[in-house]
Amino acid sequence: MMQAHEGYVTDDGRQIGGTVMELKNITLRFGGVVAIKDISFDIRQGEIRAIIGPNGAGKSSMLNVISGFYHPQEGEVWFKGYRRGPMKPYQVARLGIARTFQNIALFDGMSVLDNIMTGRLNKMKAGFLSQAMWWSTAEREENENREAVEKIIDFLEIQNIRKTPVGRLPYGLKKRVELARALAAEPQLLLLDEPMAGMNVEEKEDMSRFILDVNDEFGTTICLIEHDMGVVMDLSDRVVVMDYGRKIGDGTPDQVRNNQDVIDAYLGVAHD
Amino acid sequence: MTDRQPPAGDLRSVPALLARNVARFGNRPAYREKEYGIWQSWTWAQAAAEIRALALGFLALGVKPGDHVAIIGRNRPAHYWGMIAAQMCGAVPVPLYQDAVAEEMAYVLDHCGARFILCGDQEQVDKVLEVERATGALAQIIYTDKRGMRKYDHSRMNALADVQAEGRAAAQRLGPQLDALIAGLDYDSNCVMLYTSGTTGKPKGVVLSNRNIIETAKNTAEFDRLDQREEIVAYLPMAWVGDFIFSMGQAMWSGFTVNCPEGAHTMMTDMREIGPTYFFAPPRVFEGQLTSVMIRIEDAGRVKRWLFRKGMEIARRTGPALLDGKPVSFGERIAYGVGKIFVFGPLKNTLGLSRVRVGYTAGEAIGPEIFDFYRSLGINLKQLYGQTEASVFITQQPDGQVRSDTVGVPSPGVEVRIGENGEVYYRSPGTFVEYYKNAESTASTKDPQGWVATGDAGFFEEATGHLRIIDRAKDVGKMADGRMFAPKYVENKLKFYPNILEAVVIGNGRDYCTAMINIDLSAVGNWAERNNISYGSYQELAGHPQVYATIREHVEAVNRSVAEDPMLSGCQVHRFLVLHKELDPDDGEMTRTRKVRRAVINDKFADLVAALYDGSSSIHTRTEVTYEDGRKGQISATLRIEDVRVFGGATQQKVAAE
Repeated sequence: MMQAHEGYVTDDGRQIGGTVMELKNITLRFGGVVAIKDISFDIRQGEIRAIIGPNGAGKSSMLNVISGFYHPQEGEVWFKGYRRGPMKPYQVARLGIARTFQNIALFDGMSVLDNIMTGRLNKMKAGFLSQAMWWSTAEREENENREAVEKIIDFLEIQNIRKTPVGRLPYGLKKRVELARALAAEPQLLLLDEPMAGMNVEEKEDMSRFILDVNDEFGTTICLIEHDMGVVMDLSDRVVVMDYGRKIGDGTPDQVRNNQDVIDAYLGVAHD
Repeated sequence: MTDRQPPAGDLRSVPALLARNVARFGNRPAYREKEYGIWQSWTWAQAAAEIRALALGFLALGVKPGDHVAIIGRNRPAHYWGMIAAQMCGAVPVPLYQDAVAEEMAYVLDHCGARFILCGDQEQVDKVLEVERATGALAQIIYTDKRGMRKYDHSRMNALADVQAEGRAAAQRLGPQLDALIAGLDYDSNCVMLYTSGTTGKPKGVVLSNRNIIETAKNTAEFDRLDQREEIVAYLPMAWVGDFIFSMGQAMWSGFTVNCPEGAHTMMTDMREIGPTYFFAPPRVFEGQLTSVMIRIEDAGRVKRWLFRKGMEIARRTGPALLDGKPVSFGERIAYGVGKIFVFGPLKNTLGLSRVRVGYTAGEAIGPEIFDFYRSLGINLKQLYGQTEASVFITQQPDGQVRSDTVGVPSPGVEVRIGENGEVYYRSPGTFVEYYKNAESTASTKDPQGWVATGDAGFFEEATGHLRIIDRAKDVGKMADGRMFAPKYVENKLKFYPNILEAVVIGNGRDYCTAMINIDLSAVGNWAERNNISYGSYQELAGHPQVYATIREHVEAVNRSVAEDPMLSGCQVHRFLVLHKELDPDDGEMTRTRKVRRAVINDKFADLVAALYDGSSSIHTRTEVTYEDGRKGQISATLRIEDVRVFGGATQQKVAAE
C-alpha cells in the first residue's frame, strides 16, 4: 500500500498536497545495460518536481517509466493510490498524464490550432460517423473542445500563430505549442522533457513563466527534466539528482546544491 | 439624416453621449474584442450596463470627483469603459503608454497623483508596484486580466470583474449618487488628461475638457460624414490623443463600433476580419505594409509579378483620378475595373483595407510614392495635421483635394494663422484647457486670446488654400539673400529615396544650399550585390562612382520638385557629398530618436562644410568615431564633392527683378 505523505508549504506560500505518484525501487534494464538502478522517489500534488543529472544519467528513461512508456523490470509505480501495470499510451493519457518531448513531436503540416486540438482527442466521445456528418453531439463536442483550446492559446499567448502550420514556426514557439497540446489534455501530471533545451535566454524566461503560470493557474503537478541548472533551481520545489542510473540526491534546490555527491557528479572528482 | 442632429444643450459629456447612443442605437454593436478566437461583441445597451457597474464599483472603492484614474493597458473595451466610468464619477481618466518602463511611469503617476490605477495585466501591475516601492505612493490597483495575479497581496488590489460585481451589488445604495454625479458633468468638466511624449523636457499633462473633445468630434465627424455604421480598429496606444478622439470622441458622437484586436501581433489578421471603414495609421505602418507587399510580390511567380505590375500601372494612372472625381475615359474605367477584380481588389482585401471609406495618416511626412500607392488602389487616404493640445485636428484634407505634400484646409471650427516668422498658430474649440500643474508652460503656449503656437513653420498655398508644413519653426532660417531656408523639407524629400538614409542640408545665412548625405547600407548594398559591384567597407561603397551618380540623380530630382515651389526654390541643393560614416547617436550626431543634431554636425564636420562652399572638388578628412564598446578611433577618407543641376532659378530672379 502506498504511504500517505503529509503535504508541505513552499517558500512562496503554495500548499503542496499528498503524494500523487510514488516510484519504489525502480530498476530498468535494456538487455545487459542497466539504465535505472533501484530508484525510489515520489511526486506530490501541485509541486514542480525536477529530475536532473549529467548526460546519460537515465533521466529520460526515468520520465518514460513515469509516463508508462517503459515498464521497469523491478519495482512498483503507484499513481493516485493504485499500482500501475504495463499500459498502452491511450490508457496513460486517460489517467491524466500528458507530456512534451525532448525532440519536438508535433504534426508539421497541421496548423497550431489543429495540433493542439489533437490533445483533446481523449475528451471526444462522438463516433467516427457522427463526426464526419457533423451531427449534434459532434458539433457540440467540437465547440466545447475548441473553446478549451482557445483558452490555452490565450494562456500561452500564441493567438497570432493560431492558423500557422507548425512546420513554419521557430523552435521556441514549437516548444510552446507542444506545451499547449499537453495542456489541452487537462493533465493532472504534466511531464516536460527538457522544455528549455536549445532556447535563448529570452525564450527560456518566457517558458519558465509559462511553467510557473500553468502550475499556479491550473494547479497542475509538473515533473520536468532540464539541463539548465539555473532554471531548475529557480523553478522547482524539489529536485531528484541522478548519475549513472542511480539516485545521488533528493531534496529542495538548496539541499541539492550543497550535496557533495551532486557537486562531484557535476564537477567530477579527482581519482588518485 | 436629420435624426443625427443633437438636441442642443444635452450632450455635454461623454456619459451623456453614451446614454443617447443607448437610446438611439441600443442594439447596434458598440464594442467588439477578439478573444478566444471569436469576436465578442457588446451592444450599446450592454456596454452601458457594464460601464455603469464599473462606475458604481469605483464609487464603492472610494473614487471621488477630481481624482485621477490612470489606465495602463492595450486597447480593450474594458479599458475604454474604465475611462467612461471614471468620468461618470467626476474623476479624470489618464491613459498611459503601456510600453513605458517603470521610471517613465513614475513621473507621470506622481505628477497626476493617481489614486486609482487600472492595469491591463500582471506586467503592468508589476511596473506599478515597482514605482510604488520607489516613490512610496499608494494607489488602489484594478486589473483586467486575472492571469498570474492570485499570489499578489490584494489589500489594495481588485480584479475589474470583482469591482463590477461589487458595483452591481451596490446599485441600489450608490445609484442615486452616481446619477447626481453624471448630471453634474458639463462642457467645462475635464474629459481626459493626456501626457505629451516629452521630447523636450518632462512630459506635460494636457487637460482636455468635454467641450474640446465633443466639439472636435462633432465637427470632424460631420466633415467626413461619419455615422453609426463605421467600423474602426482601435490599435494605436490609448495614451495617444488620436486614439482618444477616434475610439472615444468620434465613436461616442457618431455611435460607431470600436473593434479591439486580440493583441499587437494579430493586428493584421484582425483587421482583415473586421474590414474597417474608417482607419488611421502613421506613415510607418503604411510603409511597412507596402514593403511586405513588395517583398511578397518579388517572391511570387512570373505570371503574378506581371499581373501585379500591369495592374499597378493602370491603378496609378486611373485610381487617384477616380477617387478625386475627375473625368476618366470609359476605356480607362473598364481597365481599372478589370484590374480591381484581378489585382488591387484582392490586394486591398489582404491588407484589410477593402472597406475603408476614410483613411488618415499624420505624424510625419509620408513619401509620395507610398501615398500614391494607396490612393491608386482606390483607398481614400488623406492627411491631417494636428497635435494633442488641439484635440488632434488643426487641418485636414477634404475628399477630392488630396495631395501628399499638403496637410489640407483648417478643420471646421478651427482658425489658423501664420505668424511673422512663418510659425503656424491655431485657435479652435478643441484647444486644450491647460497643462496640469504647469501654469507657466500653459501661458507660454496659449496666449490670452486662445491662439496656440504649434512650433511648426508652414504656409498656405494661395491657389488651393491648403496648409503646407515645411519644418520645425526653430530650424527654419533665411539664406543670405533673404529667401526662406527649410532644411527638413528638402531632407525629407531626399530621404524618401530608399538609397538615402539620412541627409543634412546646410544653407542658413549662405548664398546657396549644400547637402551631406548618408547612403542606406542595406538598400545600396543590395543594389551593389545585384550589379556585381564589390566593396570592402561602408566607406568604399559610399565613395563608389556609380553610387555617387545615383545619389546625384536623386538630388537633381529633388531639386526639380523643390523648384516647383516659388517660396522654397532657394533650398535647392547646389553641391553635395556622400559621408564616409553613418551619422550615429553614439557619436552625438543624432538624438536617440534619430533626429539630426545640426549644431553638432556643423561643428564636427566644419572642414567638410567649408569645402562644400569653397568650390573644391575633394577634401581629405579625419573623423573621430566611437565604437560600440565605447572606445574611440579615427577614420580618414577623401571625399568627393559634386555639383548638381538646379532648376527654375530664372523665374525666381524674374520675380525679384520686377
